[in-house]
Amino acid sequence: MTKKPKKTDKGMKTAKPSGSVNKTEAPLHWLVRPETIRKLWTGGGVLLTVLVVLELWVHPKGYFGIDATFGFNAWYGFIVCVAMVVGAKGLGIFLKREDTYYERD
Amino acid sequence: MSVIEALPPGVTMIIGALAIPFLRGVLQKVWILILPLLVLGLVWGVPDGASVFVSFLDYTLIPVKGDALSRLFAIIFSIMAFAGGLFALNHCRTMEITAAFIYAGSAIGVTFAGDILTLFLFWEAMALGSTAVLLTANTPQASRAAMRYLTVHILGGSLLLVGIIVQISTTGDIVFSAMKPDSLATWMILLGFLINAAAVPLSAWLPDAYPEASPGGMVFLSAFTTKTAVYVLIRGFPGTEILIFIGLGMVFYGIIYALLENDMRRILAYSIVNQVGFMVTGVGIGTEMALNGAAAHAFTHIIYKALLLMSAGSVLLMTGKRKCSDLGGLFQSMPLTTVCGIIGALSISSFPLTSGFISKSMISQAAADETLTTVYFLLAAASAGVFLHAGIKFPWFVFFQKDSGLRPPDPPLNMRLAMILFAVLCIGLGVFPEPLYALLPFPVDYVPYKAGKVLGMMELLLFSGLAFFICLPLMKRTLTISLDVDWFYRRALPWLARSLVALFAPVDRGVRTAFLGGLNRGMERLFRYAGPKGPWARTMRAGAMVYWALSLLLVYLVMYLA
Repeated sequence: MTKKPKKTDKGMKTAKPSGSVNKTEAPLHWLVRPETIRKLWTGGGVLLTVLVVLELWVHPKGYFGIDATFGFNAWYGFIVCVAMVVGAKGLGIFLKREDTYYERD
Repeated sequence: MSVIEALPPGVTMIIGALAIPFLRGVLQKVWILILPLLVLGLVWGVPDGASVFVSFLDYTLIPVKGDALSRLFAIIFSIMAFAGGLFALNHCRTMEITAAFIYAGSAIGVTFAGDILTLFLFWEAMALGSTAVLLTANTPQASRAAMRYLTVHILGGSLLLVGIIVQISTTGDIVFSAMKPDSLATWMILLGFLINAAAVPLSAWLPDAYPEASPGGMVFLSAFTTKTAVYVLIRGFPGTEILIFIGLGMVFYGIIYALLENDMRRILAYSIVNQVGFMVTGVGIGTEMALNGAAAHAFTHIIYKALLLMSAGSVLLMTGKRKCSDLGGLFQSMPLTTVCGIIGALSISSFPLTSGFISKSMISQAAADETLTTVYFLLAAASAGVFLHAGIKFPWFVFFQKDSGLRPPDPPLNMRLAMILFAVLCIGLGVFPEPLYALLPFPVDYVPYKAGKVLGMMELLLFSGLAFFICLPLMKRTLTISLDVDWFYRRALPWLARSLVALFAPVDRGVRTAFLGGLNRGMERLFRYAGPKGPWARTMRAGAMVYWALSLLLVYLVMYLA
């Protein structure tokens, strides 16, 4: 469990007034605390479920048959994105080079 | 003389830009803000039809010819110049803003060009202006990128020029109107346009060059070149089927490369190619709905892409870092930049109530209306992919993910105001699309907000978001770049040149050595016989002369008698 940090007037230790950049050990912002992230996952899951269940009453317009079936946009969006990430990862094996690749010349 | 004849919008912008270096202090800043607004007023007043004529050789040029399509693009170019100028005020050098405004004025000039010669002149001025924007970033990387950028655009410009010359000599007509790629000349013109659109496979120049500009410079660069290309494609090649395939190629190229990328501004550069791909697809479909969609999407894209780049530029300016692997957790100290970046990200993803939704959905609708089944489903997949690579990836890795420990504040006031202006426009156009629809080239019979359509889009996007977070372990940032077509002219060609030199140098050296050796030997031999001490240079005795003369006479006598 993360130790609760000591709060400053802005809820965090740093933030210089000028444009300078400062690296410090900042306390966890409420948005990135584990309990908030758990709540966000739960809320996200509920939202996704509600969206699909809403199709019982509101029917997304379909033009070609399959796109009018129940939950089409949900599974299609999910699957094509997983496919694109995996595909990009696969292509990356051949295409990726260290970011100084062209600077060596 | 009408106002437009006296002050053609594009030329006014260019001349006004040239005045910027001569102004100082507050006056200069005020002029930078007023000039685009003045030009916006002029653009608004351009009437339908040709309003300016200039005689040139045997031709009558039409530098200003207005219609709804021209005005739409010129309006957004003027608005962009204003917001870009506002954003750049505090950190861009005078020459950079001057170059950017010349670039913007040239883009406006292209949109009003009634003939193809005027179009070409402004087209090339745009290439020079944008190169100057890159050069004025004043880094070695930017200078090298600017030269590569210029080389590609000189190639594109040359193709365009040859195509234009052949087309004019064939048809005798210089009016810029719809064409079909049915001759070598029109193919060359199309190719010249497509190079500026960053069409695949010649897309690499864009992510190579743009991210090397300054924070404000890249905001300008994102707006004009590719969108003028979309404009000329809408006007010049509507319904050209090959554009559908090229557009879809651009869409997926942008997604895949952006997913692999680590540099936040290169992610956004790849996503420009991706978004222009949607527009090019719309031009290829070619119906009124599709062309309206392409034009509307260009309009909204300029705003949300500039907003995203302002957000990324603010991060770059305040942290000096541009790699996602160095960033993260910035939402804690840059709340406004984060919110504006998220609004831009939602807009590019076509979230309902944002500007992207009311424009991009028109292109999908056109594909559905024409029963282009594969195109429709690929566009839907691409919409999900946009949310993946730009909608979530950009804000997640820059503003959230791991905490980098960086705590820079939001950028200075002028940059914040520019971001707020465009964020408001993103939401405003998303909620009230009618003013934009009224500006489109064809009458709009389209209602974006229907319950089923909104629900379908929300499902598509949010489930792609779920895919992003589930696949996060696969998207761990690495200090890498991805090879692209530019590898051929950055690595393969120099390697080929070096290899040819290495191969032919010994042969060349051998040939030259042998030739010089032979020459030297010949000279030595000549010297030996004809030199001061050589036998040919010796003085002959009179007796020897008589002997040789008698011998010759004898030989002659024998030959005569024989």
